[in-house]
Amino acid sequence: MSDKSKLSPETESRLKASFNLEWRKELRARIPVKERLEIGRREMPARGHERVRDFLEVNQGLSVEEAVLEAKRCLDCGRPSCVSGCPVGIDIPGFIKLIEAGEFAASARKLRETNSLPAVCGRVCPQETQCEQVCNVAKTTGVPVAIGNLERFAADLAMRSGTFASLERTAAPTGKKAAVVGAGPAGLTVAGELAKLGHSVTVFEALHQPGGVLVYGIPEFRLPNRILWAECGLLERLGVEFRMNFIVGKTATIEDLRADGYEAFFIGTGAGLPNFMNIPGENLAGIYSANEYLTRVNLLRACEFPVADTPVFRGKRTAVVGGGNVALDSVRTARRLGAEKAMIIYRRSRVEMPARAEEVRHAEEEGVEFHFLTVPIRYIGDSRGRVAAVECQRMELGEPDASGRRKPVPVPGSEFTLEVDVVVVAIGQSPNPLIPQTTSGLKVGRWGNIEVDPETMATSLPGVFAGGDIVRGGATVILAMGDGRRAAAAMDRYLCEKR
Amino acid sequence: MPRVVKTERLAPNTFLMVVDSADVARKCQPGQFVMVMPDENGERIPLNIADWDRERGQVSVVFLSLGTTTRKLSRLKAGAELPVFAGPLGKPVEIARFGTVLLVGGCYGPGALLPIASAMKKAGNRVVVLTEAKAPNLLYWQEELGRACDRLLRLTGRRGAGREDEREPFMGAEVAGIVKEEKVDRVMVIGCTHLMASVAEATGPLGVKTTVMLNPIMLDGTGMCGACRVSVAGRTCFACVDGPEFDGHKVDWDELHLRRKAYLDHELESLCRWEKKNYP
Repeated sequence: MSDKSKLSPETESRLKASFNLEWRKELRARIPVKERLEIGRREMPARGHERVRDFLEVNQGLSVEEAVLEAKRCLDCGRPSCVSGCPVGIDIPGFIKLIEAGEFAASARKLRETNSLPAVCGRVCPQETQCEQVCNVAKTTGVPVAIGNLERFAADLAMRSGTFASLERTAAPTGKKAAVVGAGPAGLTVAGELAKLGHSVTVFEALHQPGGVLVYGIPEFRLPNRILWAECGLLERLGVEFRMNFIVGKTATIEDLRADGYEAFFIGTGAGLPNFMNIPGENLAGIYSANEYLTRVNLLRACEFPVADTPVFRGKRTAVVGGGNVALDSVRTARRLGAEKAMIIYRRSRVEMPARAEEVRHAEEEGVEFHFLTVPIRYIGDSRGRVAAVECQRMELGEPDASGRRKPVPVPGSEFTLEVDVVVVAIGQSPNPLIPQTTSGLKVGRWGNIEVDPETMATSLPGVFAGGDIVRGGATVILAMGDGRRAAAAMDRYLCEKR
Repeated sequence: MPRVVKTERLAPNTFLMVVDSADVARKCQPGQFVMVMPDENGERIPLNIADWDRERGQVSVVFLSLGTTTRKLSRLKAGAELPVFAGPLGKPVEIARFGTVLLVGGCYGPGALLPIASAMKKAGNRVVVLTEAKAPNLLYWQEELGRACDRLLRLTGRRGAGREDEREPFMGAEVAGIVKEEKVDRVMVIGCTHLMASVAEATGPLGVKTTVMLNPIMLDGTGMCGACRVSVAGRTCFACVDGPEFDGHKVDWDELHLRRKAYLDHELESLCRWEKKNYP
């Protein structure tokens, strides 16, 4: 699912203005279109098979030469469809042409005009269903420009070079206090935007480290935590205050914080409520929600047990139920924890898997086994109460359901048993209910998601805004970040109007 | 980071730790808990809040020194920083005028019961507290509990020999006796799983509502991971947000026992390693 943005007149004219700059015209003229189209897409260097023995990052990043060559593939179209494919409307030709011109710092700055977390998005955005899907080069050659890899290149280089050693406040201190609840992508984005505008921002985070799902959910081998620490460092230098181990709704309510002088609030508490299937045996030891499994490994470093105190079961035969990015992250983690058989059990087929294409490919390379059109129906335990097997049922695809995908239908008599010693249930996350349950007057939808005005991200409570997964259910980083930007703009207007 | 004010041994295996945490002290209610992590490599564990001073901004926890994490906590000195001391979490216990309430505590239970006893007394109940330990020297806070209740009872002595999962007739008979004698309207038990299950089993036939403070393994404590799931009345609940107080007669005790023992091998390995390192 991706929100393709309609280009606003302002965006259109902004793009046109930079398109018509002299240096852009000259750059376009330097290499003919035909030649550009003949350049093959540069491959992202990835670690080899030894990578399943550790949690180090798999993708290594494009070299400068490769990045410049890839950037040349971009035609700098008069009508860049890629921009409308981006949920936040990044000036994609703008940042790519700066890479071609060797202006790497400027490229990162261009990215940051619209994307607060380019090093993250370059790695985790599902580009194949967003910008790269509608790239004009893909329409001609079948292979899009590697927009995500270029974004990562520019962002990483800027971080290494200290280009953003100090983000700039664009305004004088306003003396207004804003509270951001949740240090995930939405919250961090709001914090940065409001701090730049001169407001006093405090980010309240329930866990002991910031980053939210970027840190506890997405594994090191896909998104190293040091990237998040670096981003938080930038925010601290902007004057953002971080208060960890602070659970808004328990440690203090929104009303308590109002009494402490906070005038505007952003709720970015995410989809931190694991979904279970409620089938027999699901409470056997060794059966985890993906949140628990990934948090043990990514946040509490259970992969380093016993040096780290938190344990995790290192199953020899681990089954992960689900087909999204979280399921793929879990099964690849299981491989790294020593599973001889790391299996995905997914109720539809490969083409319907919502996971990012690169994750599925990497998982296949890492020896993950896929059981498609399969659903667990019950778990069988041993005498110690530990899971020992899962009884499954085969499915076939019937008529499409509400999401447009064909609905899986059980095949009678197709039951079979798989031996497993660890199971990870990764069938989706729902909005965490803590804030809705402890904040009276906050309008919440059927699935526990906070209801907001789509333009301003304002909730039913004055001065309280929300965005990210708490509004959308489990979605993407870029959507959370886009929500954060819209909310920050509205919060700024709200705070300035309050005199 | 929250700092340790002091750590004190209350009994050979039981410790009190006082922490500077104005945020938690301001808000905590009887029956709530905090998630604690002793150092950067540590685990997050839940500990009942045993006492607090809202003016000084201090919170006390009482815990059994058993595995690596509680051993580490018991050795922290004044000034030590805790990477995690977060709360107050969980729903506060239900305090109302029930009539006569019997509060049973063993292990870390008496510590957790102190604020509950005071609150129950304030709500107009006759409060009877029964503290249980294997031996008299393992009892603690007898004076404090005595002041907070109307009648303090002690039960010490060897349990029945046999398998750990055998129901405990000795304790059950004691509780049944008190319930009948005092015409108890409500029972609450805090302590090891075995104790809570035995008392619930004993009060079942007597028809007196019995709540328990379930103690599954927890990871985040805010309802986002499901590690602490327990079956109550046939439904799966998260102890950290739906509890930790639950109806003791509806709990699937067998499942809780098995889930709590899931990491025994890891716990032993971790503890042996810690002991080798600290007692070379």
